[in-house]
Amino acid sequence: MDKPYAITLEVGTSRSNKTGSWRVERPVYLDRLPPCNQECPAGENIQGWLYHAEEGNYQEAWQVLMADNPMPAVMGRVCYHTCETVCNRAQLDVAVGINSVERFLGDIALEKGWKPRQLAKETNKNVLVIGAGPSGLSAAYHLRLAGHKVTIYEAGPMPGGMMRFGIPSYRLPRNILEAEVDRIIGMGVEIRYNKKVDDLSTVVNSKEFDAVFLAIGAEVGRRAYIPAGDSTHILDAVTFLRSMEGEELPKIGRKVVIYGGGNTAMDAARTAKRLGATDAVVVYRRTRDKMPAHDFEVEEALEEGIQMRWLSTIKHAGPGKLVIEKMELDDTGFPQPTGEFEELESDSLILALGQEVDLSLVENLPSIEVQDGVVQVGPNMMTGQSGVFAGGDMVPSERTVTRAIGHGKRAARYIDAFLRGDELVEPAKHEVASYDKIHTWYYTDAPQTVRPKLDIVRRQSSFDEVVLGLDEDNALFEARRCLSCGNCFECDNCYGVCPDNAVIKLGPGQRYQFDYDYCKGCGICVEECPCGAIKMEPETI
Amino acid sequence: MLQQIEGSLAVAKAAALCRPEVICAYPISPQTHIVENLSVMVKSGELSPCEFVNVESEFAAMSVAIGASAAGARSYTATASQGLLFMIEAVYNAAGLGLPIVMTLANRAIGAPINIWNDHTDSMAVRDSGWIQLYAETNQDAVDLHIQAFRLAEEISLPVMVNMDGFILTHAVERVDIPEQEQVDRFLPHFEPKQILDPNDPVSIGSMVGPEAFSEVRYLAHAKQLLALERIPEIANEFDSIFSRYAGGLVSKYHLDGAETIIVAMGSILGTIKDAVDELRDAGLSIGVLGITTFRPFPLDAVREALSTAKRVVVLEKAFSVGLGGILSANITTALGNSAIKRYSVVAGLGGRSILRSSLVDFFKLADADEIGELTFLDLNHDVIDREISRMQTSVRPRPAAERIVHDLGHSTKAN
Amino acid sequence: MGYQPVKFYQTGSFVVGNRLLEAQDRTVQADMKRTNSLTLGHRACQGCGEALGARYAIDAAMRATDGKVIAANATGCLEVFTTPFPETSWQIPWIHSLFGNVAAVGTGIAAAMKVKGRTDIRVVAQAGDGGTVDIGFGVLSGMFERNDDVLFICYDNEAYMNTGVQRSGATPPAAKTSTTEAVGAHPGADFGKGKNLPLIAMAHEIPYVATATVAELHDLEYKVEKAMSFRGARYLHVLVPCPLGWGSAPSDTIRLSRLAKESGLFPVFEAEYGEVTGSSKIRSQVPVEEYLRPQRRYQHLFRPSANTEVIAQLQAIADKNIRRFDLLDTQSQSTSGNSLADQEALQTR
Ligand SMILES: Cc1cc2nc3c(=O)[nH]c(=O)nc-3n(C[C@H](O)[C@H](O)[C@H](O)COP(=O)(O)OP(=O)(O)OC[C@H]3O[C@@H](n4cnc5c(N)ncnc54)[C@H](O)[C@@H]3O)c2cc1C
Ligand SMILES: Cc1ncc(C[n+]2csc(CCOP(=O)(O)OP(=O)(O)O)c2C)c(N)n1
Ligand code: SF4
Ligand SMILES: [Mg+2]
Repeated sequence: MDKPYAITLEVGTSRSNKTGSWRVERPVYLDRLPPCNQECPAGENIQGWLYHAEEGNYQEAWQVLMADNPMPAVMGRVCYHTCETVCNRAQLDVAVGINSVERFLGDIALEKGWKPRQLAKETNKNVLVIGAGPSGLSAAYHLRLAGHKVTIYEAGPMPGGMMRFGIPSYRLPRNILEAEVDRIIGMGVEIRYNKKVDDLSTVVNSKEFDAVFLAIGAEVGRRAYIPAGDSTHILDAVTFLRSMEGEELPKIGRKVVIYGGGNTAMDAARTAKRLGATDAVVVYRRTRDKMPAHDFEVEEALEEGIQMRWLSTIKHAGPGKLVIEKMELDDTGFPQPTGEFEELESDSLILALGQEVDLSLVENLPSIEVQDGVVQVGPNMMTGQSGVFAGGDMVPSERTVTRAIGHGKRAARYIDAFLRGDELVEPAKHEVASYDKIHTWYYTDAPQTVRPKLDIVRRQSSFDEVVLGLDEDNALFEARRCLSCGNCFECDNCYGVCPDNAVIKLGPGQRYQFDYDYCKGCGICVEECPCGAIKMEPETI
Repeated sequence: MLQQIEGSLAVAKAAALCRPEVICAYPISPQTHIVENLSVMVKSGELSPCEFVNVESEFAAMSVAIGASAAGARSYTATASQGLLFMIEAVYNAAGLGLPIVMTLANRAIGAPINIWNDHTDSMAVRDSGWIQLYAETNQDAVDLHIQAFRLAEEISLPVMVNMDGFILTHAVERVDIPEQEQVDRFLPHFEPKQILDPNDPVSIGSMVGPEAFSEVRYLAHAKQLLALERIPEIANEFDSIFSRYAGGLVSKYHLDGAETIIVAMGSILGTIKDAVDELRDAGLSIGVLGITTFRPFPLDAVREALSTAKRVVVLEKAFSVGLGGILSANITTALGNSAIKRYSVVAGLGGRSILRSSLVDFFKLADADEIGELTFLDLNHDVIDREISRMQTSVRPRPAAERIVHDLGHSTKAN
Repeated sequence: MGYQPVKFYQTGSFVVGNRLLEAQDRTVQADMKRTNSLTLGHRACQGCGEALGARYAIDAAMRATDGKVIAANATGCLEVFTTPFPETSWQIPWIHSLFGNVAAVGTGIAAAMKVKGRTDIRVVAQAGDGGTVDIGFGVLSGMFERNDDVLFICYDNEAYMNTGVQRSGATPPAAKTSTTEAVGAHPGADFGKGKNLPLIAMAHEIPYVATATVAELHDLEYKVEKAMSFRGARYLHVLVPCPLGWGSAPSDTIRLSRLAKESGLFPVFEAEYGEVTGSSKIRSQVPVEEYLRPQRRYQHLFRPSANTEVIAQLQAIADKNIRRFDLLDTQSQSTSGNSLADQEALQTR
């Protein structure tokens, strides 16, 4: 075309005008740490695996999950999912059902027989793990992934620790537990049952192993002094629950009293009920809201007909009956006796007052420091004895399967570094994607009036998963509710909202890139990023 | 084909023969008959394919033409007077964008006071707009100039305005030779736009140009007009070869050879002037007439050459620059430069005032004797003027003079 | 107006794209191969809503017409920041003629296309609010009345921005402009003045009239596409915040568009042949203050102390819009269900 000078122009020529020079601030992409990930005791990249689950790519989701936690199906049943408590979505409507999706992934993996990713090259290093509870199994798994040879010495006849001998099977079916443990053992972990380590110093001195991970749990039921007659049948909860796994079911009678307010008490009460007790009564010193047991467990226990005696202590245990004293809370919230007594019929009394660690095996190793009944470790999970690491219930921490698994992973990483003679530098934690970084507008189509409905809808369908798992529709729905806090989920917003076309879309899975030649630094992309994965930084000259 | 025909219809037919694709117009006397006739042709299917757009204003008319032309359609419109002023922003724009639009201007006075009759104040108001301006002396001329206008416009990518005196030509029924379609098709090729809005070859038309290039852009517009100056006589010759009739060109000459007094004018008045000149030549005066057919671009050389033998030049014009004087005269003076030729201006025919042959004869005689002033307003009623001027000088707040003159003259005119 | 399911999750339809959506459910802007009709290097201010709105609308028009769009542009910011010699940011055939004639230029192009039998090529005429409601109003009304096959898009930034923020017929009451300064007894633009062009357009009974904002891209694109499904005159009025003229943060452009709609001050609706056929419901209603406060042009309503009377007057305007265009959705409250499909309750878009 014969274009008249200056009046008519060749299209797209403004590209030569690099408007990026106007900028005083520049947007940069970043990954913020989602609160769920930050919270997870096992250090799972929850947002990361939900990301794949959202796409229906469950295998990849499971693989990402498995990078941190080798037992998703177990986790999806017994984890107390504190991640959901901190989930940002809870502030928008209801938290994402992370745990139920995890269970869905764990189950589908078992069903399809998915295997963990390729192991690293064999290192020919030998590591001994003592105890096949969740902590020991987790360490074994991660150490195998790193290519080390792993041997487990387990005192009992079967693996699982408290997952098997504590947690009742109605919460954790044994076939699920076995399948996930078998998968770990199938990676080439050698496990020796009925091999209790009595003196760790002999193992250490034998130099048979290049490193040791101690994970013997806290398996000794704590007793309390209760004046009792000879005929009174008193046992501790751990022993009671462990005997459920034996040949013969324990005999506890028709009226059972459980003393304590923790999760173990709930499990013991519910188990007693299942054993045929007509009356299973939990006696606890304080009020319901002070109970250490999780609310949902108390709720389920109540639903199952467990009775609760709050603000009560057991003063005396006689044949067939107990004497309990009523308590009242003082100003500081501490229970004080009232002098009011009451009788309670009881064939058995189960003490669920906590567990202690059997520390006899470290007695000959003075370098291993013991304090408050637990073994002290550094941030690298190593005890005072070089090459001896410890984790799980036997070290100071909250006592959960999830934490135990987290310790196992953490210890494995440090053991790996130790074996390679390396210093493990943990990558700096990203800043947290707090709720104020989330642009909630983008996460639903619903007007505010519709939103409360969600709760009801979800309760009806997916929240009954305490007994049942999610079907695929629900799992997908649940996964897609994730806000992807602080992590780009490729919504194309930045690409779309830039008035200057200064965002380059790199294609599926590749995210985006700023074209700083043209970005004027308006910050709309930051403002409109749903998940807070962009921030503005001052431009340097 | 020879026809006894109204000027407006003749021009409508000529425009239709040029196969315009988009016609847009808005009514205003004395142009209205042209577009009325075209609308009938389009609606009846006689002129097809063609879109006739009944716009809501002249501003829209020119704007529609701009859009259509830029999109590659041969575009035509017509207006007059107030209408031209109402579209003036778009008039400049069409020229600036170099769009080959053809517009008929049925010349008419500009108010206030509102006046529907002929003079050239309207076209003079846009003389610097960048449009080519051609002036028809007769309706035959008007027809022929339109056909040439499309050719010229499209060749050099500039809009062309064909001026024909309102009522005097537009409403006169005369014998006109309406060309054959086949002839017109031979003369006027299919419109090949220089620039076009086309999704297959997109461009941005109408950029904002700053000081760094604006002078160049304006100069190039000027250069285009200079190019037109070369092409206009050539096109007229080509026209002649097809239609066997010379029309258009830069200037028309009448008894110039050796003439000592030369009358210069534009448009239909040339006929009356020629009659007067015939009479004076018969009386022995050395007098001739130079008609300006192409006013923009202004044919400086042709004018200089045509006037070279004159002792004096009298420029008769139907418009003037208030507070200065003749406009065409000033252009003629530019052509003459500092030659010794005497120059006189006479303003006549404003707002449709008849220019009587007798007045012209008398005036030219005086001119031939150099007994006129530099600037004359022909046939002014000096009684009114003198009285008004004296009143103006004494009264503190005079009513608008124009209103009072009308009042005093005791008649009013019908406004359209 | 089309119904679409409410989604409670990441794929909520307010994001531009989202990898979880089917390609056809994503916006044109999400497409890696979008036309970028208005491309890199234009000279709009930081955070310019008009630059954004124009790319959104024209890209959508390009998709709806298979790339066959010719645009005419009125004088104004959009024209100035896209085509200063020697560079243009447009990638489509585009013409700028004058400030007040763009609708007629559009008519001319459409006439040319018709006469050439190329009605597959569609015409967009675009202007700022000044070029639409004021100086270009006559020609626009003419184009409407003739029902010429032109989609007219008004990018409404509520003042004459290009000349330095003077009041236009679309400037809202109380807004400070450089010709309605925040001085005197009634600072800012007067109440009781100004015109509502979408309603005036509707009065022409043209096939399609719609309003939109740059905050709701799916809606905007839907409307462009819808507009392109009609022949004849169509009018789209897009609210485009101007950080410079409104005294707002460049990063707030989309947020303010959203608040304009959510407060009810800018009703988002569509109409066919003179009748309202649907409105985009307010999702989470906000008092007008929330919209006004971040803008310096309304600063005098809050400083030195809150002018509750004027704020209430503005709230009344919003309330009237809500009534008039039925902007609050009451129906969707009763919808629930328990399958995945049902969880996506129905709601008008
Ligand atoms: C009744 C009950 C219910 C619970 N429910 C939950 C729940 O729902 N969710 C949750 O997260 N947590 C729950 N917990 C807590 C959780 O089970 C423990 O925190 C977790 O199992 C600790 O893991 P660990 O690997 O450290 O130890 P353990 O699970 O106790 O495993 C220790 C292993 O070491 C073996 N061992 C011990 N001593 C030796 C030795 N000297 N030599 C060799 N092997 C040895 C043991 O036989 C055992 O297999 C529950 C606990 C109880 C008691
Ligand atoms: C006839 C005419 N009058 C005035 C102007 C000056 N002018 C150019 S752009 C403009 C303001 C444009 O305002 P608007 O149409 O709202 O577009 P914006 O710049 O705000 O996007 C004005 C007054 C002009 N170019 N032409
Ligand atoms: S929206 Fe575009 S121009 Fe604005 S900061 Fe982001 S990339 Fe830069
Ligand atoms: Mg504006």
